[in-house]
Amino acid sequence: MITRILVANRGEIARRIFRTARAMGIETVAVFSEGDATAPFVAEADTAVALGGRTAAESYLDRDKVVAAAIRAGADAVHPGYGFLSENAEFAHAVEAAGIIWIGPPPAAIAAMGDKLEAKKLMVAAGVPTLPSVEITATTDVRAEAESIGFPVLIKAAAGGGGKGMRVVDSVAQLDDALAGAQREALNSFGNDTVFLEKYLPAPRHVEIQVLGDTHGNLVHCFERECSIQRRHQKVIEEAPSPALDPELRRRMGAAGLEAVRAIGYHSAGTVEFLLDDRTGEYFFLEVNTRLQVEHPVTEEITGLDLVRQMIRVAEGHRLDVEQDDLTITGHAIEVRLYAEDPANDFLPAVGDLAAWSIPSDPAARFDSGVEEGSTVSVEFDPLLAKVIVHAESRHEAAQRLALVLERMVIAGVVTNRDFLVAALRSPEFLAGDTHTDFIEKVAPAPRFVPSRDDLARSLAAVVAFHQAEQRASARHLAFMPSGYRNSVMPPQELRFVVDERDVSVTYRSVRDGGFDVWVDGATVALRVVPVAEVRGGIVVEIDGLRARFDLVRSDLRWHVRGPAGSLDLVQIPRFPDPDGATVVGGQIAPMPGAIRVVAVTVGDQVTVGQTLIVMEAMKMEHTISAPGSATVIEVRCAVGDQVDNGQVLVVLEEVPA
Amino acid sequence: MSILKSNLDLRSETYLQNRAVMEGRLADYQKLVDEAVLGGGEKYRDRHRQRGRLLARERIELLVDPDSPFVELSPTAAADTEFNVGGAVVTGLGQISGTECVILANDPTVRGGSMNPITVKKMLRALDICRQNRLPMVFLVESGGADLPHQLHLYLQAGEVFRNITALSSAAIPTISLVFGSSTAGGAYLPGTSDYVVMVDQQAKVFLGGTPLGKMATGEDADEQELGGAAMHSNVSGVSDYFAVDEHDAIRIGRQIVAGLTYRKLGRQPDRAVLPPRYDAEEILGIVSADLKVPFPVREILARILDDSEFDEFKPNYGPNLVTGFGHLHGYSVGILANDRGVLLNEDANKAAQFIQLANQVDTPLIFVQNVTGYMIGTEYEQKGMVKHGSHQINAVTNSTVPHLTVQIGGSYGAGNYGMAGRPYDPRFLFVWPNGKTAVMGGEQLAGTLSIVARQSAASQGIDFDEEADAARTRTIEEQINHEEQAVVMSGQLYDDGIIDPRDTRDVLGVALSAVMTNECRGQRGYGVFRM
Repeated sequence: MITRILVANRGEIARRIFRTARAMGIETVAVFSEGDATAPFVAEADTAVALGGRTAAESYLDRDKVVAAAIRAGADAVHPGYGFLSENAEFAHAVEAAGIIWIGPPPAAIAAMGDKLEAKKLMVAAGVPTLPSVEITATTDVRAEAESIGFPVLIKAAAGGGGKGMRVVDSVAQLDDALAGAQREALNSFGNDTVFLEKYLPAPRHVEIQVLGDTHGNLVHCFERECSIQRRHQKVIEEAPSPALDPELRRRMGAAGLEAVRAIGYHSAGTVEFLLDDRTGEYFFLEVNTRLQVEHPVTEEITGLDLVRQMIRVAEGHRLDVEQDDLTITGHAIEVRLYAEDPANDFLPAVGDLAAWSIPSDPAARFDSGVEEGSTVSVEFDPLLAKVIVHAESRHEAAQRLALVLERMVIAGVVTNRDFLVAALRSPEFLAGDTHTDFIEKVAPAPRFVPSRDDLARSLAAVVAFHQAEQRASARHLAFMPSGYRNSVMPPQELRFVVDERDVSVTYRSVRDGGFDVWVDGATVALRVVPVAEVRGGIVVEIDGLRARFDLVRSDLRWHVRGPAGSLDLVQIPRFPDPDGATVVGGQIAPMPGAIRVVAVTVGDQVTVGQTLIVMEAMKMEHTISAPGSATVIEVRCAVGDQVDNGQVLVVLEEVPA
Repeated sequence: MSILKSNLDLRSETYLQNRAVMEGRLADYQKLVDEAVLGGGEKYRDRHRQRGRLLARERIELLVDPDSPFVELSPTAAADTEFNVGGAVVTGLGQISGTECVILANDPTVRGGSMNPITVKKMLRALDICRQNRLPMVFLVESGGADLPHQLHLYLQAGEVFRNITALSSAAIPTISLVFGSSTAGGAYLPGTSDYVVMVDQQAKVFLGGTPLGKMATGEDADEQELGGAAMHSNVSGVSDYFAVDEHDAIRIGRQIVAGLTYRKLGRQPDRAVLPPRYDAEEILGIVSADLKVPFPVREILARILDDSEFDEFKPNYGPNLVTGFGHLHGYSVGILANDRGVLLNEDANKAAQFIQLANQVDTPLIFVQNVTGYMIGTEYEQKGMVKHGSHQINAVTNSTVPHLTVQIGGSYGAGNYGMAGRPYDPRFLFVWPNGKTAVMGGEQLAGTLSIVARQSAASQGIDFDEEADAARTRTIEEQINHEEQAVVMSGQLYDDGIIDPRDTRDVLGVALSAVMTNECRGQRGYGVFRM
C-alpha cells in the first residue's frame, strides 16, 4: 500500500496528482527548484523538499537529487508526472533500487520506447503500421534516402519529443540547413544529436490511444484523443473522442494501440500516438508515451476514469477495476492549453508576473492549473499556465462553452494565447471537426482579440470611469467632490493609451448628473458614461444606457480590461514623458530572455530584409532575429554564449535609404 | 440634529417662472465665460498652437491632479470694461501633487499676455488669497509685460505684485514660476522674486531689456537666447533653477517641486463623513425669486447646500429675518448667517453679533449667505438703536478671526453688505450668483432719494424745480445704478471672486473651505467693546 507519494514534477501536473492522492488518503510530497519555492504546488503538498538549482537540469532533471528527496521525505512511491524524468528508465530504476514504488510502466518498457528507431522496429515486428523512415548516421546519403522516402520528409530527434529537434523539409535545397538545426537542437535539448528521416504526411490528424494495464497482464484502451491542433509541433487543443473516427476505426485503432503496448510488456498508463490520414483511413504508429499525458483529462471526462488513481492502484499491484467492455464514451470533452506565449509573435514564450488571474465560476470548467494570481512565469520552464477542460453533451456545446469560459477569465501581466484559443474554438473549421495538423496555418485564428471601434470605446470609457474613481478615492483633500469638478470651461481631462500599437486619446468631462461625457479619438466616438458601482476588481458602468460590468486589472501603466465584448490589453501613456526614457533607434532587441547561439553579422555588414542577424536559444527553442530591411550593422552588442534579457538590444542597424 | 424640510412645489407657476429667469441669466453669464475662454480669439489661439504651445487652460489642466477639482476665480474679470473678458490671466484654486495651491496663468493669446489694469487687480487678488490662506502660488508665466498705453493705472500697482510675492516668501508661503514664454522687463521680476523657477527651453525669455531696447540704449546686437533663454538662465545667471526641455517637462517639474514641499495644512479637517444634501441642487434655480423685491426662503437654499440637509438653527424665533445656525459642508463644520428676508432689524443684528462670537469660540468658519437690503430705517428702529445694533454686527464681523466665506444669492445693499461680510470686510472668498446686485441702495431708491434732496434744496433756496429735467436726471441715474449694481459689472471690476452657478454653490464653497484650512483656523477670543 502506498502511503506517501512524491511527485517528481512541478506546476499543474503536481497539483493534479496531489488531488487524486489526497482523495485516496495518501500523503503528498513536492520537490521544487529555487524559482518554485513559493509556487502553489509546493504550498499544497503535505511535505516539500528543496532540490536547489534554478534550471530544470539542476533540479527536476537531477535524478540523484530527486531520489534523495524521496528518501529524505519518507515517500514510498514516486509519480513522475509528464516531461522531466517521466520517460527516463534509469530514473525509474533508481527509484525502484531505493525501495520506492515507481508509479509508471516497467523501466524496460520505458527504455524500449525511449529510442524512437528501436521502438519503430519493435512495432514493425508487432504488425503495427509505421511510417517509412531511416536513421541518419555519418555515412548516410541523406539526399538519396530523402528522395527514396519522397518529399516532404521530417527530420526528427531520436531521443526527442515535444517538437524539439524537428524539421519539415519540402525540398533538397533546405535539407542541409534543416539537418544542422535539428541536430543542434537535439543536442541542446537531449544531449544526443541522433536524428532520423521519416515520411511526412502534410495534413494528417494526430490521434492517440490511451491504454491502461496492470501487472497481471490485463490491458484496456480508453479510446482515442485527437490532438491535431498544434503549433511548433506542440499540442494546444485536444479532444476526445475524435470527430474523425467512426466506431469501426475506433475499434481498429484501439486494438492497434493495445498491440503496440502488449509488444513491450506494458503496465500503468500509456499513450500510443498515431498519424491518421482521414482521406484513406490509414494510420501510422508514431510513438508510445510511456507516461501520463498532458491531455489525459479529456479521456477522464468522457470515460469517468481517474487515470492517476488507476496508475496508483496498478503500482500497488491491484488488478484494473475496469474491463474493456465496461468502458464507454459519454459526451465530448475538449481541453485547451493556456500558455504564456504570444501567438502574434510566432508563439514565443512570454514571461512576467500574473497581475491578475481569475477563473469564472459560471459556466463550469475543469481547471488544471499550476498558477495563481501573483505567480511568476519564468523562462526556466514550460510556460503552460493551465489546462482548461470542458465536458459537454456535444462537441459543439463543449467548444462554445470552453470559448466562453476562456473569454470570462481575467488574466493580466503576461501575454497569453487565450484570444487565439477562443478564435480557434469558434472557427467554422473547428466547429465542423475539420482539424488537421495544419489547422493553425490554414485557419490562422486571430492571435489577439480586436474589438470593434465601439467596443473599444466602451472599454476605454470603463477604464476612464474606473481610473477617475481610483483617483478620487486616493485624493488627500475633498475626496467627496464631484470628479474633476470645474466651475468654468476648461479643456476636458485626457487619458492616453496604446491599443494595438496605436495611440488612442480618451477625453472626458464630468457632467452635473454624476456621469461623464467621454470622447474617444477626438470626437470619433462620444459616449455618456455613468459609474453605477465599484465592484471587486472592476466597475459597473452604464454606457449610453447599457449597463455592464468591466473587470479591470492594472499593473503600473498596463491595463487589462475584460468587458462583455472580450478582453483587451492597454498600455497607458503617462501624462508626462519620462525624461530618461530614450530608446535606441534601429536596435534589434531580444524577444525574450535567452542565450546567444549564433552571431551572424559583424559591424559594417550590409544586410538585407530577412537576413539572419542573431540566433538565440530560449525556452529550449531557437529563435532567429533577422533584419527588418536593408541596413548597415552599426553595433553588435552581444556575443555567442551571452545570456540576454527580454528587450535587450542585440544589434544596432542603420537603415539604408532605398 | 435637525434636518431641513423642503416645502417646494416643483410645479408651481412661481417655481417655473423663477427657473426660467435664472436659466436666462446663466445663459448670459455662460456667453461671457465662453468669451473669456476664447482669450484673444481664434486667430491668436491658432497662432499660439501653431508655435507648438499649450493654451493657458491646457497648462492648468496638465498641472492639476487628474480628476481633482479646480475652481476658477473671477473668470469674467474685465467684463463691461474696455479690456478682454478674463483680464488676460486665468487664476484659480487647484490641487497639485495633493497640495492645494493658487494657480495663475497668463493668457498669451490676449495681447501677448500683457498686463492691463484688470490683470494686475486679478493678480493682486490671487496673491492676497495666497497670503490670507497660506496657499502656495504657482505662476504659469508667458506675458509680454505691461500693456504700455495703460501704464497710468498699472505701473505702480504692478510693483505691488512683486512686493507681495516676496512677502509671501517671507511668510514661508512657497511661490513657483514656470516660465513658458516671455517674461520681460518688469515681468522678469515675477520669476525673479519666486522661490522656485523653471524655464522652458527655446521658449522662456527672461530679461530686463529686450533686444530692441538694448539696441536703443547701448547699441548691443544681442542674441535673445543668450540674453535671457532657459539654458542661459539655468546654466549661467542662476535665475532659473530647473531647465525644462518642453512645456510638459516644465509642468512635470512644477508638480515635482510642489510634491517636494510636503506642505502641511494648519487648519481644521473635515470632522465627519460627507453626506450629500437630501434635496437636489438643481431646484435652487426655481427657488430664487425672479424679482429680487420678492423675498425667497433661504432655508430651502440651505437644504440644498449643507451635508445631509442638516442644520441646527440658533435662535430660530428671535430676529427671524436672519437665519443662523451650525451645519456641515463637505464634512467641515460651518456656522451659517443667511438673510431670509432682505432687511435686518435690531434683533437680527444682535443675533448675528452673538452668533459670530459663538463661532469664534469654537474656531468654526462662517458662511454668510447674503440677500440683504440693509438695516432697517425709520423712527421706531432708530430709537431702538439700529445704529448701535448694526455696529455690533459690523464689529463682530470685523474682529472675527475665523475664516469667512460669503455667497451673495441676491441683493447686497447698504450697511447690510458690511454686516454680512461684503467685500470691504475681506471675506476669504466671495462668490456671487448671476442675479446678485450690489450697491449702496437700489437704483430706484437712489435716484428717488437724489430727486427728493434736489427738490428740498430747491425749495429751501426758493428756486423753481424743473420737473422735466429732474425726471430725465432721475431716469438716467436709475439706469446707471441698475447697470452698475449687476453681478456681471461688479465681478468685472474684481469686487468678488467670481460669479457662480447657484447649483455649484456647495462644491465651490467646499473647495474654498478646504483651501482656507491651509492656514490656521482660530477664533477671536478677546472681542472689541460692544456698544450695548
